[in-house]
Amino acid sequence: MKAETLAALQEARTQRKALALATRLSDGAETLVHPDRVLGAQAEDAALVAAARRALGIGRSETIELDGQRIFLNVYVPPARLIIVGAVHIAQSLAPMASLMDLDVTVVDPRRAFATDSRFPGVKVMQEWADEAFEKMGLDVSTAVVTLTHDPKLDDPALEYALKSDVFYIGALGSRKTHAKRKERLAEAGITEEQFARVHGPVGLNIGAKSPAEIAISILGQIVEVRARRLEALSAPRTAAPDVAAA
Amino acid sequence: MSDALDVLDQVGKWKAGGKGVAIATVITTWGSSPRPVGSQLGVDDSGSMVGSVSGGCIEGAVVREALAAIADGKPRLLDFGVTDEQAWDVGLACGGKVQVFVEKVN
Repeated sequence: MKAETLAALQEARTQRKALALATRLSDGAETLVHPDRVLGAQAEDAALVAAARRALGIGRSETIELDGQRIFLNVYVPPARLIIVGAVHIAQSLAPMASLMDLDVTVVDPRRAFATDSRFPGVKVMQEWADEAFEKMGLDVSTAVVTLTHDPKLDDPALEYALKSDVFYIGALGSRKTHAKRKERLAEAGITEEQFARVHGPVGLNIGAKSPAEIAISILGQIVEVRARRLEALSAPRTAAPDVAAA
Repeated sequence: MSDALDVLDQVGKWKAGGKGVAIATVITTWGSSPRPVGSQLGVDDSGSMVGSVSGGCIEGAVVREALAAIADGKPRLLDFGVTDEQAWDVGLACGGKVQVFVEKVN
């Protein structure tokens, strides 16, 4: 690998941009396929570039054969992001555990007493209202949002904003009763039943979790499951994909 | 694949520190294999490693080849699996097969 290729991969990561690196296995020749430009040894090879773009779209690395040459397409996608709304006790377990899972974690809470760096060592903390923080960060398809405050004036705007984006996961802490009331409030704000169905609530897999760390495990387990299903759907033959992929 | 990106970070640091460095990448898998395609292992010229290309079964052999690649600058394609003689030595216990590409960072 060339040193400048390494630098390009690192730069793409810093900027949260996806990138495919095509390596010809016979001699190590490299081609960098960005979503908007192509650089390197085989930049003029239309078939290679098309295959690399397809791999980029699915987000999966693979080895292909072109004109008798084996080419490895390595797709580098930015780490999925987890935005936790509510710098509460559960968040103190959820944030470090999510970081171990390679999620890029941000904790958002406008309340000064909660949103402190000392409660969340090594994690990005934004002392802001969720919708304002979301606006700054830009929610995308590789983002998950979990609300933990239990407080409608903090959770609801976050959910409303997240539901209008294409984030891959939305979870909201609260009992079935709380969740039903939440649904009524958001309906008044114009969120349809179909839209609301995207919210996982009560949040997490049903594993009988009680302690903050256990609840964090159930939430992360659900995020793993949703991500895996989504990737499965994206990689499946086209006939089966669309409706599952949109979920 | 952010773990792969952490590998690149460490590799970049080694390189900036003047060390010889190689990257090993899982490029194909058959059957059950512990790490998906695209998983990477970074190796410096003293044999330090970051990341992984298996559950620990083949790392030793990959590091040996990585050190050789750092020395001669040539890329290498390595096969590990149950039908491979080598597998009896390094043992891919899960019964799967993997192919690993090893190259020096120039």
